[in-house]
Amino acid sequence: MSEFTAEKTLDAKGLKCPMPVVKTSKEIKGISVGGVLEVLATDPGSMADITAWTKSTGNELLKAAKDGDVFKFYIRRVK
Amino acid sequence: MSEDTQKCTIIVFSGDMDKVFAAFIIATTAAAMGMETTMFFTFWGLKAIQKGNPTGTGLFGRMLGIMNRGGIDRLGPSKFNFGGIGRWMFKKMMRDQNVTSLPEMLQMAIDLDVKMLACLMSMDVMEITKDDLIDEVDDVVGAATMLSHAQESQIQYFI
Repeated sequence: MSEFTAEKTLDAKGLKCPMPVVKTSKEIKGISVGGVLEVLATDPGSMADITAWTKSTGNELLKAAKDGDVFKFYIRRVK
Repeated sequence: MSEDTQKCTIIVFSGDMDKVFAAFIIATTAAAMGMETTMFFTFWGLKAIQKGNPTGTGLFGRMLGIMNRGGIDRLGPSKFNFGGIGRWMFKKMMRDQNVTSLPEMLQMAIDLDVKMLACLMSMDVMEITKDDLIDEVDDVVGAATMLSHAQESQIQYFI
């Protein structure tokens, strides 16, 4: 459960750099503008990388949290 | 895309597995970050975008085509290749770590609309034709075309 309603969840667990970012960039295209994509990853580098990706692409990182071994990201598609 | 789209240009000179791998990681990530990304393959780097058939017309060209057979899955590491054992070992180690394979990286770059350019002059020298390259190669060009891409880019790499 989370405070954001995700239109879709991308399971990037087990994937290494650069796949979480590459897959996120593909999946966000299927989200409506203003909609939220949930990304699950286990690569510890994804915390910095997804944050950098949102900054570069202008999408909004609503939340990045660690839940056990899994990193959860909630990204709002801005444009 | 907006008018302030960022650009990234990567010159792939090396035909070594590890270096080409680095080039594709940068290219796919740059494309994923919304950058208009161009890869310019020259000299040994052409191996990465060859279909893998024997190449060459003259004696030396054919010899080179045998000793330096193209195809992205044939690339060996820059160190510790030991006649192919190193390539096998690195592939296995990468697979064990769930790292995406080089052929998959190439396909991903294509899917992300990374522009693939091949260097005409080095193709002529090495007797490699357009038909020897994978169909996804956008164009066969010279240094000036690459430089005009690099000039518009905020990021340029020579690998």
